Amino acid sequence: MNNILEVKDFSLAFAMYDGVFHRRMLNVITNLNITVGEGEMVAVAGSSGSGKSLLAHGIMGILPQNAVTGGSVLWRGQPMTPKLLKKIRGRALAFVPQSVTYLDPLIRVGRQITRDKGKLGELISRYHLKPEVARLYPHELSGGMTRRIMICAALAGSPELVVADEPTPGLSRHLAEHAMKHFREMADAGAGVLLVTHDIELAIRFADRIAVFYGGTTVETADAADFVNGDGRYPNGRDGGDGAGVGQVTGDSQDAGGDGAGAGSEPDGTGRRQGDGVGLRHPYSKALWAAMPQNGFVPTPGVQPYAGDLPAGCLYAPRCPMRTQACDVAPEPRPLRGGVVSCHHAV
Amino acid sequence: MMGALEAKNISFGYDRKRKVLDDVSISVGAGERVALVGPSGCGKSTLCKVLAGHLEPWSGEVTLDGEALFGRDAGQGTGFEPWRGPGHGHRPCPVQLIYQHPEKAVNPRRKLGKTLTEAYVPGEDVLRALGIEPAWSNRYPAELSGGELQRFCIARALAPGVEFIVADEISTMLDVVTQAQIWQALIRICEVRHIGLVAVTHSPELAARISTRVVELLA
Repeated sequence: MNNILEVKDFSLAFAMYDGVFHRRMLNVITNLNITVGEGEMVAVAGSSGSGKSLLAHGIMGILPQNAVTGGSVLWRGQPMTPKLLKKIRGRALAFVPQSVTYLDPLIRVGRQITRDKGKLGELISRYHLKPEVARLYPHELSGGMTRRIMICAALAGSPELVVADEPTPGLSRHLAEHAMKHFREMADAGAGVLLVTHDIELAIRFADRIAVFYGGTTVETADAADFVNGDGRYPNGRDGGDGAGVGQVTGDSQDAGGDGAGAGSEPDGTGRRQGDGVGLRHPYSKALWAAMPQNGFVPTPGVQPYAGDLPAGCLYAPRCPMRTQACDVAPEPRPLRGGVVSCHHAV
Repeated sequence: MMGALEAKNISFGYDRKRKVLDDVSISVGAGERVALVGPSGCGKSTLCKVLAGHLEPWSGEVTLDGEALFGRDAGQGTGFEPWRGPGHGHRPCPVQLIYQHPEKAVNPRRKLGKTLTEAYVPGEDVLRALGIEPAWSNRYPAELSGGELQRFCIARALAPGVEFIVADEISTMLDVVTQAQIWQALIRICEVRHIGLVAVTHSPELAARISTRVVELLA
């Protein structure tokens, strides 16, 4: 498999001013690694404020002026120079922005998607929007409609890589799945998809691999199936965690899902892939899993450290149940059970 | 004076041609937690704004314990008054709205300590329950993550005398650990103080966790 995008040892800092003369650097991303191959859908999940969106903006070259980046971003093996970026951006490289303020407020949304009338109609109806929506201005749309318009705009060309920054908030379950299926189809047709999301449930169901971010670095890269359970088999039915007071809402009626690894990326939409999450390696990934409403809704105490005030060793150590003296030294990424983890104690 | 929050036959649209809410009614009992679900664009956020008095409905009214919460003074021509119940002008409205995007709901040029005490001074216990670190009060909104900002927005909305919280997708932009932290804290506070809740969400699993009843708004 050829890599479309390769991000190596990426770091990002903002130049900040304390007063007029004193400049300091605020390191928000350190030692971040991620690759997206042809036909692959990679999800980036993790805490709010962990630098997920900044990574997406870094790839797209739309960071603010005071950002300083390090490491390398490679596009099909070539360094991503401003010239190359200008050539591919909006064509081979498409972007679904996170904020609903990215549309031009003075242009009707149909024009912002594409000028090709046939393609426009097809996309609009695919996302269950009424044809007259194309004639509206951005301020006349609801949050979910804006979200869909931005997805349509990104997918109107035939991109080789889609970078989608939180494409699903504000969409109903049905529409969110619809969008994910569309991304999945594009990946299956050979494109790469880099999906930045908090919606770990959708990520598990549709992505091939998940990179978990915490405090501006990758703590774990895992096959999506690892979030299901240890041996990669789908559970029969669902594990409701402690299940206290939880109504069984949807998706309970599936029969035993596929059997085994390899089927891990099938977006067949039949069932929810949930198990006990024991395949996960890093304690933060486990905390993410346990905090999902359908898995126990367990709130791990503590907050992510502030970028200007990072602990010296492992970034997760202040909240970690497995913390020991060894954690005063920052852990290096190491391969473990087919994934990569940055933790001294993960087994 | 605790009573039910009711919206009766609410109609509203942003322009004369398109009605967003057409004769919508909803009732939430004191201390009850209702999850409001429905397809994208069906008017959930609009209904939230009407419930909290941020928008004036074309027709219908919002009542708390049978009394109109918002409205116009017929003779004086004062326009739409958000919150004109007993003691208005001296205490915050008993129905408080928390927005989906906390960064849009705080003044970006004000340190958060000042934003937090806009309506009242939250107690140590509220701050601790919501996990707000004292050092954050000295920062500007751009220096905090969405999850940290949302904690301030929740604390700010929990003034004494508040009887209902309207939460419009308050955790959609947050990671699941932060989501679980914030909801568990908010629900605990609501239970202790007998505060009712209207929560918009797209996740049936989350709705099942946080609410005692699910109401669906149709397009």
